[in-house]
Amino acid sequence: MDPVIFLIQCLNAVQYGLLLFLVASGLTLIFGIMGIINLAHGSFYMIGAYMAFALQPLVAQYLGGGFVATLLACVVLASLLGYFLEWAFYSYLYRRDHLQQVLMTYGLILVFEELRSIIIDNDVHGVGVPAWLQGTVSLGGIMTYPVYRLFISLVCLLVAGLMYWVLTRSRLGMMIRAGASNREMISSLGIDINRLFRIVFAIGVALAALAGAIAAPVSSVYPGMGHAVLIICFVVVVIGGIGSIRGAFLAAMLVGFVDTFGQVFFPAAAGVMVYLLMAAILLFKPEGLFKQG
Amino acid sequence: MKKTLTRTALAAVLALSAGGAHAVVKVGFMLPYSGTYAQLGEAIENGFRLYVQEQGGKLAGQELQYFKVDDESNPAKGPENANRLIKRDQVDILVGTVHSGVAMALAKAAKDSDTTLIIPNAGADAITGPLCSKGIFRSSFSNWQPGYAMGPVAAEKGYKTAVTISWNYAAGKESTDGFKESFEKAGGKVIKHLTLPFPNVEFQPLLTEIASLKPDAVYTFFAGGGAVKFVQDYAAAGLNKTIPLLGSGFLTDGTLKAQGASAQGLLTTLHYADGLNTPRDNAFRESYTKHFPKLPPDVYAVQGYDAAQMLAAGLNAVKGDVSKKDEMRAAISAATIDSPRGKFTLSKAGNPVQDFYLREVKGEENKDIGVAVKALADPARGCKL
Amino acid sequence: MQSTLRAVLLLALVCLAALLPMAASDYYTGLAVKVMIYALFALSLQLLVGGAGLVSLGHAAFFGIAAYFVTLLSPESGAGNMLWLLPGAVLAAMAYAAVTGALSLRTKGIYFIMVTLAFAQMAYYVFHDTKLGGGTDGIYLYFRPELRLGEWVLLNLDAPYAFYLFTLACLLLGWGFLAALMRSRFGAALTGIRVNEQRMRAAGYSTFGYKLMAYVLAGGLAGAAGFLYAAKDGYVNPELLAWDQSGLVLLMVILGGSSRLWGAIVGAVALTLLQEAFQSQDLMGDIAQRWHLTFGLAIIVLVALLPNGLAGLPGQWRQRRQAARIKPSASSL
Repeated sequence: MDPVIFLIQCLNAVQYGLLLFLVASGLTLIFGIMGIINLAHGSFYMIGAYMAFALQPLVAQYLGGGFVATLLACVVLASLLGYFLEWAFYSYLYRRDHLQQVLMTYGLILVFEELRSIIIDNDVHGVGVPAWLQGTVSLGGIMTYPVYRLFISLVCLLVAGLMYWVLTRSRLGMMIRAGASNREMISSLGIDINRLFRIVFAIGVALAALAGAIAAPVSSVYPGMGHAVLIICFVVVVIGGIGSIRGAFLAAMLVGFVDTFGQVFFPAAAGVMVYLLMAAILLFKPEGLFKQG
Repeated sequence: MKKTLTRTALAAVLALSAGGAHAVVKVGFMLPYSGTYAQLGEAIENGFRLYVQEQGGKLAGQELQYFKVDDESNPAKGPENANRLIKRDQVDILVGTVHSGVAMALAKAAKDSDTTLIIPNAGADAITGPLCSKGIFRSSFSNWQPGYAMGPVAAEKGYKTAVTISWNYAAGKESTDGFKESFEKAGGKVIKHLTLPFPNVEFQPLLTEIASLKPDAVYTFFAGGGAVKFVQDYAAAGLNKTIPLLGSGFLTDGTLKAQGASAQGLLTTLHYADGLNTPRDNAFRESYTKHFPKLPPDVYAVQGYDAAQMLAAGLNAVKGDVSKKDEMRAAISAATIDSPRGKFTLSKAGNPVQDFYLREVKGEENKDIGVAVKALADPARGCKL
Repeated sequence: MQSTLRAVLLLALVCLAALLPMAASDYYTGLAVKVMIYALFALSLQLLVGGAGLVSLGHAAFFGIAAYFVTLLSPESGAGNMLWLLPGAVLAAMAYAAVTGALSLRTKGIYFIMVTLAFAQMAYYVFHDTKLGGGTDGIYLYFRPELRLGEWVLLNLDAPYAFYLFTLACLLLGWGFLAALMRSRFGAALTGIRVNEQRMRAAGYSTFGYKLMAYVLAGGLAGAAGFLYAAKDGYVNPELLAWDQSGLVLLMVILGGSSRLWGAIVGAVALTLLQEAFQSQDLMGDIAQRWHLTFGLAIIVLVALLPNGLAGLPGQWRQRRQAARIKPSASSL
């Protein structure tokens, strides 16, 4: 393989991995900190994308804002939605066992899909790339790389950095990590564990929605987009170790590379590669790559 | 007095019941009413109903009673959904579906129960191939056709090498195989066939592959969300300027609004196009837009419309008596359908023998710029009819 | 007295079930066959979930492998011979269960769930992406297998009623087998492992061997259900191995209640009837088109209200009645 081509494929792998990390980080946070298996996480990704599609004209009209303003609006709305959902629905799931959580959130997927069908429609939609991000970068004269994809990767890295900073250096992060280790202790120390979990859940939803919104211009907006993302997301979370942000990052990178190079070198087996990776890792490290944290 | 009354009443009852074997013809729609293909299902049903409406609400003097089942484009539920229409609702005619996997299940159920089936979209080659049957017809196309039609076009433009790319599933394979057949017959060579797992839409690695292979042209089959993304990604990778992209019509059908500037100038082949400007097509488009103002008259609506025409041809021959199955089916098979796409007939295997147009994307339309192949018939390989 | 009453009730139910096709239309008979096939499928998963405490999200793989086995190996021009096709299909499923189980059972909890999913996805992709299974459009089983011994046709299942009774027999045999299994020493060991695996290990049991055996048996039973599915409509498709199918059968087990074996059967019946009801235009009117919404809400409500499933309902009532009977006396301080 040509070295330039190899480098370009590596770039593809990293970019795919970063976006996966953005979606998976929310899932691992919710799963690890709150102990809830949330099958509807893919639906939040879809909701973020549809929000971007629906809000873009509104933000432009009423707030005079552009793409970044739309993204911020999506994040804010998604956080509010997450906050509300936790209070209305998810808080009842803590006491239930994993199986019941799986089933109730599975029911939630159906509800979300149908609501989306009612509120918007079943068509395929596009979200426009803003003008200032529409350029391309030439890669060795072979092909060009869209600046927008570089923008996505940049945003993912920023968010990753932000998450790391919040979790390790802020009081909120400290409370989150403590709550993950020992819930009862935290509440006996006077911290409102319910409010804390609500905030964590809202963050998780916002992360997934942001991923959907930011990926919308390149992946288009269509029914069932949550389904495909969900399974890959779970694979990333399980490989990385449930509750570990570091693990999710590393796992997302691994999956990005395996998927990208798998498609090029083993096209017939491309679909299976990621699952082989997961099975292989779990057989050596039955609890994923990293422990919680 | 009483005797005369009873006699007249009896006579009246006998006359009414002897008028036609069935007072109503039961038509069962098995289409996707939810999910990604819901729009297509809706368009097909609209097209079908439009034709019936244009005939005054009756075909061959028979009222139609409609039954609908949402197949959710899920092949695993195909047999049971088909049985809902065949056994529960006991329909006389089946119309469906969009997804080829579901169509396979539907075709088996139709064959097993000897119900007439008209397929208004699903292009699986096998259905008018090894699995062909006297009671199964298509008003649409076979996956092989649009691909085969593009080969001569590519050769004519002087392209010597090509790369084909598609999802790794039956429809993708059949379409790219069709292209390969005609392109290589005309002297070209398909140097590589790239695939990615369905419904994966992460195309970057394969686009990089294409860039490194440097073929004269690329032929592709994608539909729906995948088509939107592929065309956008292809343009963003700068490949549309260096390596021309050719595709089956579904690459740009119903997706132009979302694709925007990235699709401009793309060449595709399909059995329908915008700007045909024939009196038949103009009348159809006017009528469709009048009844369904929010929807564009697209190839799916035409396929639904023609399915109704095919049924009408059959019913007219048996004067509305659906129990005369063999006669009705023979009539459909022999019919010439005056379609908005142009006139077409059916091959022995039940697939349309039709012209394939070469279309270029101009603005938000797939403009007809000529006929790629005239009266193209699917070879129906493996069909024993 | 209780047990004879129960036996009589069961016998009555079986007789009713056997006579159903005489009263019901073709469509409802077909629906009943589908329910029975899924009931057998759910029962096999029940062995894992309710019996051994192992939650598998990849059970559809065994169902699909068996279905493909019989479809691929049946001749196109005539009926295949069930004498070797049925055991062959079951053994194929069991073989895959043995290999994947040996690897999966090294993990626990959510990781086990994910690994079983991974192995099911691998099987799915083999049939979906390669030429082995005829690809994404699926393949046909042209003739229903019959039971032949040399030249004699012992059992021909072409008639719908015959196939119905055969499926009913398979379901009852499967259920009986599992009931006997759970009452045996093996079943007792499995229950012990489910309740407290460490204690069982301390008592000297090789828990891995027991779990693997349960996994393989469950895979085999699922394979039997898969064989029946292929024979019923004659059409198999890779989507049979997709994770939605695994999720669906898991839903049946939970809904029915994982504490009793017959919970799986009840769950399969209830879920199928629910789906039919929500999709029926006659019952729901126009909302029938939005049945995903109503069905999803129903799942949420049912799982929330019935944590032990439908089979756990009598237990729940009993608990509530007992709690109501015990009233605090004002004088006790």
